[in-house]
Amino acid sequence: MVDTPFANAPLVPATNDAAPLLDVRGLSVSFGHGPAAVRLVDNVSFAVGAGERVALVGESGSGKSVTAQALMRLNPHMQVSGVVQIGGCNLVALSDKEMTAERGASIGMVFQDPMSSLDPLMTIGDQVAETLRLRGVSAAAARARALRVLDELRVDRAAERLAAYPHEFSGGMRQRVVIAMALIGEPKVLIADEPTTALDVRVQERVLDLLYSVSKERGLAVLLITHDMGIVAGFADRVMVMYAGRIIEQNDVEPLFASPRHPYTQGLLGAIPRIDQKREQLQSIPGAPPTPFTRPPGCHFNPRCAMAMEICRKDYPAMIETGSARVACHIHGGGHA
Amino acid sequence: MLEIRGLSKSFRSAAGTSVQVLRDINFTVRPGQIAGLVGESGSGKSTVIRCALGLQRPDSGSVSYDGIDVHAARGPQLMRFRREVQPVFQDPYASLNPRMTVERLIDEGLRVHRLLPDAAARRDRVVELLEMVGLDASAMPRHPRAFSGGQRQRIAIARALAIGPRLLICDEPVSALDVSVQAQVINLLQEMQERLNLAILFVAHDLAVVRHICSEVAVLERGVIVESGKSDEVLGTSQYPYTRALLEAVPIADPLEARRRRCARLSVAASPGGNGYE
Repeated sequence: MVDTPFANAPLVPATNDAAPLLDVRGLSVSFGHGPAAVRLVDNVSFAVGAGERVALVGESGSGKSVTAQALMRLNPHMQVSGVVQIGGCNLVALSDKEMTAERGASIGMVFQDPMSSLDPLMTIGDQVAETLRLRGVSAAAARARALRVLDELRVDRAAERLAAYPHEFSGGMRQRVVIAMALIGEPKVLIADEPTTALDVRVQERVLDLLYSVSKERGLAVLLITHDMGIVAGFADRVMVMYAGRIIEQNDVEPLFASPRHPYTQGLLGAIPRIDQKREQLQSIPGAPPTPFTRPPGCHFNPRCAMAMEICRKDYPAMIETGSARVACHIHGGGHA
Repeated sequence: MLEIRGLSKSFRSAAGTSVQVLRDINFTVRPGQIAGLVGESGSGKSTVIRCALGLQRPDSGSVSYDGIDVHAARGPQLMRFRREVQPVFQDPYASLNPRMTVERLIDEGLRVHRLLPDAAARRDRVVELLEMVGLDASAMPRHPRAFSGGQRQRIAIARALAIGPRLLICDEPVSALDVSVQAQVINLLQEMQERLNLAILFVAHDLAVVRHICSEVAVLERGVIVESGKSDEVLGTSQYPYTRALLEAVPIADPLEARRRRCARLSVAASPGGNGYE
C-alpha cells in the first residue's frame, strides 16, 4: 500500500483524551477591505472533544455557515484571524497547499444539499474514492475503502451501487454518499452544515442516527450546524447559540434546554411549536436578526430584547462562566467585552 | 366553503409514462376554520393547492368554492372566486414583484377588482393593512428588497388580505422563514383568522406547525389522503402507521425525550432481524 496518512489510518481511532480535538480561539471572519470591510464572525471560541457532538445553532445571517467555511478555509475572499487547532496544527496558519492536504484528512465537511455537492456525471464509487485517489491510493484500494465506508453508512447493496450515478439515489441515500465522501479520509473532525435540511423528517432521523452512531464508533468530533432546536436536542451533547456573528450562550444540551439564560435563547425555545404539547400562543421575538451591516452597538440583540438595559445599548457583554454554562449577557452580570 | 371532491391528477413523465400524483382527494374547508394538509415532499400537496386555486385542471373530480365550480367558472363568478380566495406562497423572495413598491403590491388587487376607485381611500386602506400586519406607512414607497424575509411574508399577507378575502390558501407560508420570525407570522395568521373570521387552507410539511395552527388536518401520502380529522387527534394520538411514523420522526426540542426515542430506535436497529435503517 502507498505511504499516505490515509492508507494506514486506523478505522477506529482510540481517542478519548482530555485535550479537545478541535480547538477554536478568537476566530473572526471579515469580507472586504478598509472602510467597506464587514465582520461576519466576531471573536468566536469553542472546543470539540473526541466523540463529542456539538451543535452551533443560529438563524440565517448569524454567521454559523461562515464559521464552518472559515474552519475549512473554503472561501479565499474571507479574511480569517484567530486559531483553529486540530491535533497540534493551526489551520489558519497553513499555506493553501498544506490546507488542501488537511481537508478530508483531519477535517471533513458535509453540506446541506446533497444534489449540489455531488457531480452528476461521476459514479458514486468514483466520487467517494476521489479523496483517496488524489492522494495516490491505488484505484483498487480506494474502491475497497469506499465500499467499506458506504457499508458503514448502511447503504444497501453498496457493491453494485458503486457504479450508479447520483440521480439514481434518493435524497437520503445521496446524503449518505456525501457523508461517505467526508469520512473516507478518516478525519478526526466532521463539520455538518445543515445536513438534513433538504430531507423529509423520517429520512432526516435516519441520517442523524447514522451520524450519531458513526461519531460514537469512530470517536469523531462532530460540529453540527443547524437552525432547528429539535435536531439539536436529539443530537448534540453541547450547544452553542450564535447571534449576529457571536456565540452568545453555550452549555450542555440538557441545562441549555431546561434553563436557557440568554433572552435570545429563551425566545428561540419559546418560538417553536412542539408536536407533543399544545401551546396557546407562540412566543415571538419582535423584529428580525440584523444583517452584518446593521448590527446595533452594544449587545447585538438589544433592540429585540424585552429585558434590555441602558448598558446593553452601549457595551458588548463579556462571556461569563458559571458551571457548565457560558453566557454573554449583562443581565447575568459581568462587565463589557 | 371550499369543497374538493374526488380529485385525481396525473402527469406525463419525460419517458411518456403517466404518473398519478393525486388519487380521489376529498377535502373540505369550512368557514372560519384553519384546515391543514400535511405530507412529505412529493406527496402531492402543491398539486392540491394548484388545483384548488384553479391554476391546474384535474383529470377528474371537482373543486367548488361557495357554489362556484372553480374549473368551470367564467366572468363574474370567476372574478368573485379570485376576490374571495387569495394565495400566500412559500417564498416571499419569489412571490413579490421586485420592481413594484410595497404600496403597488398591496393595492394591486384593489385596482384590479375596482374595489376602491378613490386613490386617497386606497392609500388609507394600504396603511391600515400594513399596520394590521405589524408594519407601517413608511414601507409604502419601498421595494421588497428593502425588507427581511419575515417582513416580506407580512407584505405578502397584507397583499392577500387587501381585497377582503374569505379564504386564504397558504402553501408552506413559514418554512422559508427563520425560527424567531416564523412565530411572528404564525401568530399573525392566527390573529387575522380570528379578527376577520377567515378560513385558511394551510399546507405544510412541518407537523408541529400544523398541529399548532390547524383545527382540522388531513394527511397526504403519495397522492392519497390516508387520515383526516381533528388535528389534536390525528397529530396527537393517531394509531395509523404512516402518521405515527411521521410523528415519531419529528424532532422534539427536549433532550431527555429525544434521547429516550433514539435509544428505542437504535436498539430496534441493532436487534437481530430488526432493521431500523431501510
